Amino acid sequence: MRLLDYFKSKKSNNTASVAKERLQIIVAHERGQRDQPDYLPQLQQELLAVIRKYVQISDDMVQVEVDRNDSCSVLELNVTLPES
Amino acid sequence: MARIIVVTSGKGGVGKTTTSASISTGLAKRGHKTVVIDFDVGLRNLDLIMNCERRVVYDFVNVIQGEASLNQALIRDKRVDTLYILPASQTREKEALTREGVEKVINELSETFDYIVCDSPAGIEHGALMALYYADEAIVVTNPEVSSVRDSDRILGILQSKSRRAEMGQDPVKENLLLTRYNPSRVEKGEMLSVADVEEILAIPLLGVIPESQIVLNASNQGLPVILEAESDAGQAYDDAVARLLGEEREHRFMSAQKKGFFSRMFKGD
Repeated sequence: MRLLDYFKSKKSNNTASVAKERLQIIVAHERGQRDQPDYLPQLQQELLAVIRKYVQISDDMVQVEVDRNDSCSVLELNVTLPES
Repeated sequence: MARIIVVTSGKGGVGKTTTSASISTGLAKRGHKTVVIDFDVGLRNLDLIMNCERRVVYDFVNVIQGEASLNQALIRDKRVDTLYILPASQTREKEALTREGVEKVINELSETFDYIVCDSPAGIEHGALMALYYADEAIVVTNPEVSSVRDSDRILGILQSKSRRAEMGQDPVKENLLLTRYNPSRVEKGEMLSVADVEEILAIPLLGVIPESQIVLNASNQGLPVILEAESDAGQAYDDAVARLLGEEREHRFMSAQKKGFFSRMFKGD
């Protein structure tokens, strides 16, 4: 059996690379959120409420993000409208 | 003026107290007058790791609340005479660590000590925030494992936004990565994140790599900082880390597996 293990271990699946990939994604996402101003979630809720007066959209159809550059910040608002 | 070093991680059980004990012992052994403070109010353990649990009379909170002087609360290490321990309180609420109280104690210690090592509790609550608030430098203890790496990144964010240096707009807290419980043979098999992987994700300078070693448990059983096990790989790795902390250049060791012969792998397994 040991002999078999020896040859099998050569091609055992690489879970470390899966870990690295998952970490890179979640860490990048959380760093993005960390730099966002505190008012963003509420701003998103209020925008959603205003838009809903006119169009029925779901929560995930409004994306609000702040992009910071050296000299200025850009508030990016993405609204996906349902197909009519 | 003392240099204030916080040993932190976010996640529990990764080796903060083991590291605090060894780093402070290492600094003191090189002649620097060093004090190590346990910030884990309610879950005091540094005293056990340093083998002074039966000598605790007064603690950190007693000093903050004026019930004892610093000299009454500080415990002098029996092995290294430039090393002192300030134990955490076992009974009080964590909120007893006020920002003003901690500042008062740290300022008083700064007058006579060269290094103040703050052993942070796990988590990102009050005790952990107090431990890192006054830091000049941070040792972020991380295991090569997904939850530990993620929590370390979170703690780095907090160091960059909620430390005194960040709030005052001063130079940022100097960050150091200490990778502990590293198992090179599992890394080679692709079962564990490598040093390079963790460095790439966290993007902070590497202070040291401590190999996973049975000696660490053996040392803590006896209340011996593992750095004093000078023959062991983990002890030497901590000694290297202290040297680097003091600005010495030292090559990283214990990062590759001991090569096993074909026959020992075949017949004994690993």
